[in-house]
Amino acid sequence: MAEPVLEIRELRKNFGALAATDGVSLDLRPGEIHALIGPNGAGKSTLIHQISGSIRSDSGTIRFLGQDMAGLDMAARARLGLGRSFQISSLAPEFSSLRNVMLAVQAKQGSSLRFFRPVMGDRSLTDPAMAMLERVGLAERAHLPAAELSHGERRQLEIAIALALGSKAFLFDEPMAGMGPEGSKSLTTFLDGLRHEAPILLVEHDMDAVFALADRISVLVYGRVIATGTVDEIRNDPEVRRAYLGETA
Amino acid sequence: MSIALLIEQLLNGLQLGVMLFLMAAGLTLIFGVMGLINLAHGSLYMVGAFACAAVAAATGSFWIGLVASLIASAAAGAITEIVVIRRLYDRDHLDQVLATFALILMFSEGMRWLFGSFPLYLDIPPLLQGAVPLPGVGQYQLYRLAIIGVGIVVAIGLYFLIARTRLGMRIRAGESDREMIGALGVDIRTLYTVVFALGAALAGLAGAMVGALQSVQVGMGEPVLILAFVVIVIGGIGSIKGALFGAILVGVVDTMGRFLLPKIFALVLPAAQAGLIGAALASMLIYIVMAFILAFRPSGLFAAQS
Amino acid sequence: MPPKPRLSRETVVNILLALMLLAFPLGASAMGETFYITLATRIVVLALAAVGLNIALGLGGLVSFGHAAFFGLGGYVAGILSTHAFNAEPLLFGIEGTTSMPVIWLVAVMICGIIALPIGAISLRTTGVYFIMITLAFAQMIYFFAVSWPAYGGEDGLSIYVRNEFPGVNTAQPLSFFLICYVLLMLALGLFWLLRGARFGAALEAGRQNATRLAAVGIAPFNIRLVAFVVSAMMTGIAGALFADLNKFVSPSMLSWHMSGELIVLIILGGKARLFGPVAGAMLYVLIEYALGGITEHWQFFLGLILLCVVLFARGGLLGLLAGKARHG
Repeated sequence: MAEPVLEIRELRKNFGALAATDGVSLDLRPGEIHALIGPNGAGKSTLIHQISGSIRSDSGTIRFLGQDMAGLDMAARARLGLGRSFQISSLAPEFSSLRNVMLAVQAKQGSSLRFFRPVMGDRSLTDPAMAMLERVGLAERAHLPAAELSHGERRQLEIAIALALGSKAFLFDEPMAGMGPEGSKSLTTFLDGLRHEAPILLVEHDMDAVFALADRISVLVYGRVIATGTVDEIRNDPEVRRAYLGETA
Repeated sequence: MSIALLIEQLLNGLQLGVMLFLMAAGLTLIFGVMGLINLAHGSLYMVGAFACAAVAAATGSFWIGLVASLIASAAAGAITEIVVIRRLYDRDHLDQVLATFALILMFSEGMRWLFGSFPLYLDIPPLLQGAVPLPGVGQYQLYRLAIIGVGIVVAIGLYFLIARTRLGMRIRAGESDREMIGALGVDIRTLYTVVFALGAALAGLAGAMVGALQSVQVGMGEPVLILAFVVIVIGGIGSIKGALFGAILVGVVDTMGRFLLPKIFALVLPAAQAGLIGAALASMLIYIVMAFILAFRPSGLFAAQS
Repeated sequence: MPPKPRLSRETVVNILLALMLLAFPLGASAMGETFYITLATRIVVLALAAVGLNIALGLGGLVSFGHAAFFGLGGYVAGILSTHAFNAEPLLFGIEGTTSMPVIWLVAVMICGIIALPIGAISLRTTGVYFIMITLAFAQMIYFFAVSWPAYGGEDGLSIYVRNEFPGVNTAQPLSFFLICYVLLMLALGLFWLLRGARFGAALEAGRQNATRLAAVGIAPFNIRLVAFVVSAMMTGIAGALFADLNKFVSPSMLSWHMSGELIVLIILGGKARLFGPVAGAMLYVLIEYALGGITEHWQFFLGLILLCVVLFARGGLLGLLAGKARHG
């Protein structure tokens, strides 16, 4: 079996007396979509924040491409190739879609301490950015300020940004949220193809999408992973059915 | 240098600290509850001082003046809140800074308009004139002791107000969740006006009391305002406990720095030069302390919220 | 391709403002009204200081309430260097003073940069109100130092007896000095325009809109902001040196928090983060000051009132009214 791209061991975060994540361990292997599901308040978002570096963990380790990420901030982790989308869209609202993606292209190319050459005429920035917008189907909206995009379009834009970063793994936090059935379907198809570029850790409430996409599923309940397995294994796991579906055994 | 002199300076520092606390408590309360940064707080201090001086001159009684200062500053605060400030709660800090900066210009020039450019003078009331013997110190000015006493009473009063009363409960609720408190049927607009007027009254009280120690003039609020900002930044914005701690720290450090630094430099340098360097350094000391504290604790010592 | 009219309305307004600002003192000079040339120079110098601040405040969203520190430092560099040259006393370590403006500007830029670096490094650890307060506090620190240090006049300030020199130009002549300031302002605006359009500006503006987004693509907001803060301070420092030469006087009031407030006011009156915002703001501010000053001695009251109304009701400033909403490509 291939080395995992992302290796999480015993990750913990307490907010006061509440353990948001309570010793979470999981792997993300090359080429897979690993879905993370669980009821509201199970700690999914906290876990994503811990992995991406926006919340500092109390204990545990995160290894990405074999490197320990302790002490690295969000920007440093992104530079290593960890691309994320946010549960609540996080974009530069005044910038156009194109400029939002160009920012990622610029970041990937290296230093932002370049003071004179205008970005708008710089094809080394605009061309790749435009290509990414085309891939996610946003090309027509390229010159619209991000603030004027619809909910679903913002999600697509976030994914375009993650793509433009050339990420080596993706953390997507509820990318389907707020999308209509059409949007969900096309995004599902899109993510399906994306896994071959880089593995995806997918937090998602849309169970149709999860069952259609996931190679493996981990179920998080009260900050603990109660089961990890293939779709079928999870479907038939009695503990999952009890905890997640609220069935009494 | 005698021990008595040292203790006297410590008491002076404490008195400055208490006065800063009265200013800082209002500022930090207003920021904590309404999320507003109010540069015009120093103007309310000035309003209190002018009201006290003018009424005391007219009636011959400091005490009537003191009551007038509380009423005038609370009223000025309430009116300002209703006319201007409540439009700023949803704005960013930049707009708040600018609008309250504009209010300073208006308050200062308005006072000059009403009272002219010459300073007013306010006498210490007969009851509090003179000095009292203190063990180890010798004589200490009674009025300054009274200010320290008032500060302690206000600190205790605020603690009870916030911890034990209905109003305090609402203030605490307002700090943590504005929408919730609105949903519970508390009239949030009135609550904000009351909090703002309370902060203004405390500033006015400070202005009136200090007015008897120095001249009452336009612009007197600004140095105090900036010190009060240093206080709440050190203490942690929104925290009354932080304001109390920060105020005493700033008051004592500033006073002792001015007193001790020239003497310390005099140990190694010629007297004239030591006085110069000591005084220059002393005037910067609290800002250096603040920079150090913020460099290690960017949200102050007692940050109110996580 | 993006819709790109050859000249946007804002560009037209900007060109008109630049021409008006140039035509006014030329006309005044033709009529022998030197007072108005001085008034125009004041506008230009204040605008230059505000263009500097606009890099941090407008592009970066960094509300520095302490830029008077750099304005005043620039002023003191001009004052101190020329005083030493005038009295033929060397500065520290036998370095001579100078009356050459370009040298003074260079020193002002270096001093402001060196001082802005630690101030920025500490201040940028904080955000929001804390940032406003800590920049204010650092400026107060320098202010009180200037007040209590008697070598260069302390509270009374320092006079520059003869305006400093620029090679090939008679700076004593008001119009010549105006033109020097005007050229510097145009250069500063050019630099602002370049910075805003370049990668640096993109990162800086993205950080203002959403710092988390900037970090999530792998660009640390701190580094970008620190560079912006330092560049901003340097530009404001040059303006300070010019201001001292304009008034032939420098005093702690240039370092005061009122001055910091005024610089922010200029930007907001004109329009935040816009190329010509500080220019429009400075024109409006100086003209209001002048016009009201002629009507009432209590002009500051009405200045406050106007400013309050602008903040409450006209949030885009003068350029917002003249040229519509700001656009990003």
